[in-house]
Amino acid sequence: MIVETNTVRFDSITLDSGAELAPVDVAYETYGQLNAARTNAILIEHAFSGDAHAAGVSPETGKPGWWDNMIGPGKAFDTNRYYVICSNVLGGCRGTTGPASINPATGCPYAMSFPVITIGDMVRLQRMLVDWMGIPKLLSVSGGSMGGMQALEWAVACPDRVVSAIPIATTARHSAQQIAFNEVGRQAIMADPDWNGGDYYGKQPPGRGLAVARMIGHITYMSDDSMREKFGRRLRGKENFGYDFDVDFEVESYLRYRGSQFVNRFDANSYLYITKAMDYFDLTAGRGSLGAAFEKVLARVLAISFTSDWLYPSYQSQELVRALRTRNCDVAYVELPSNYGHDAFLVDVAEQTDLVRGFLANTFEKIQ
Amino acid sequence: MHKKIPAFVRELLGRRDYAIIGELVEPGTKVLDLGCGDGELLKWLADNKGVDARGVEISSERVQRAISRGVSVYQGDIDQGLKDYPDQAFDYVILSQTLQETRHPRQALTEMLRVGRRVIVAFPNFGHWRMRVSMLLSGRAPRTKLFPHAWYDSPNIHFLTVHDFEELAALEGLIVERRYFLAGADEVRALPNLLAEVAVFMVRRP
Repeated sequence: MIVETNTVRFDSITLDSGAELAPVDVAYETYGQLNAARTNAILIEHAFSGDAHAAGVSPETGKPGWWDNMIGPGKAFDTNRYYVICSNVLGGCRGTTGPASINPATGCPYAMSFPVITIGDMVRLQRMLVDWMGIPKLLSVSGGSMGGMQALEWAVACPDRVVSAIPIATTARHSAQQIAFNEVGRQAIMADPDWNGGDYYGKQPPGRGLAVARMIGHITYMSDDSMREKFGRRLRGKENFGYDFDVDFEVESYLRYRGSQFVNRFDANSYLYITKAMDYFDLTAGRGSLGAAFEKVLARVLAISFTSDWLYPSYQSQELVRALRTRNCDVAYVELPSNYGHDAFLVDVAEQTDLVRGFLANTFEKIQ
Repeated sequence: MHKKIPAFVRELLGRRDYAIIGELVEPGTKVLDLGCGDGELLKWLADNKGVDARGVEISSERVQRAISRGVSVYQGDIDQGLKDYPDQAFDYVILSQTLQETRHPRQALTEMLRVGRRVIVAFPNFGHWRMRVSMLLSGRAPRTKLFPHAWYDSPNIHFLTVHDFEELAALEGLIVERRYFLAGADEVRALPNLLAEVAVFMVRRP
């Protein structure tokens, strides 16, 4: 299934900060067919470093989408039954307007003059996309990690626009530890002299800082078990220690490789802005409690967490599920056993598939 | 003294207590099943009675199967799990074959009556004559066909009889709206504390 990324331009968007962006582009992909009643649309939300290419094969890169194991004919998000949409988030660097985009007022990239964005702003832009598509109500909004935050934000901000939400391995508010890891990543980028106050477009980008940030990220996405299983103490291409600071261990090689790969596909300033949006995310802010935040939620919710995920631990999913229960919302929750850490929602999808398939089928049945 | 139950309530999903619960629950109501296992009773109630079905279950595997069949089940502990729900959130709260496994049965019952207008409890009757005989003759923790567990493997941590439950209901000032006593597939009409293997009660606050 070859899928192309499309882009739509809107005149402007007003952000939570009060700033206005004009114009604003959204990159998106769709899979499957919208039914005549327009009731089978599902919005997939990508995580921090994802993009609109969630499924199928990109004609550009030849690569499968980041959730291709979950989206497609007969898969969890069954494109024979549902119309699946995925868009790149606001502030991203994969087609949607972000800090690397040209500021029409100056003719130069926004860089650090790009306004600070929030998860709420990302959802506001997605709502513009869904409105433009003429979809009155989404059958479901689903995503893992930062994608789960957007799914929750949809259920809270647009209660009459979502029938169900599937937040996976996520939280209703970023914790101190989560903010801390993001801050280390940001500081790594900003400590790279090539970052140059964010003004590096057309010059040498801060690749070293961005690679270090990504290496830290990858550690938090795995688990002690999965790293022991995958790398152990194995040496990379050698029998003995090198007694120098080249790569000795497999795990070093892996992290360096993932770091250097990331530099080719991700903008350092997007890293700063998107992690900031995650850190600002707190559904209780201005509402007093999570229960109050969920007061108007109408969506059925399926929340999933993973036993070995220490970046978005199960207690965070349980907290939001319990708050939904205090509102007597229709909520299902399970903690799936997995060794893969936070990455589980991307790679350990067998059980997740059964859950999502059953939940969606039942949700779709209920609105018929 | 054993009267046959009409065929349609004899068995539901292979269980007689389910058949009675299936009969008791009014269509279109909100139901919470505690310790709902794979969610098969909830699924049946949703499909056949159009109820809004929710469940709580501790086992991750069973919760997965329940959600996969389209039932909204929350993975959690019954003793802890009820306190999140608002008062009178459900028309029925069901506790099937689990009361004897809860750590604090009286507290569980009180909480169930807080979140539900009616509570349906099904439990094995430890007053059944076979239990009494087993204990009397063996001098050991009773083991019967219905209770095959060795004492150290048993999930049952409270041993209650029909009389015991009636007493607790009276102590709590509950109205017993229905009571059913079963032995095998048959309904027990007399001496239930001696003859019933399973008891099903529907109670509510006055």
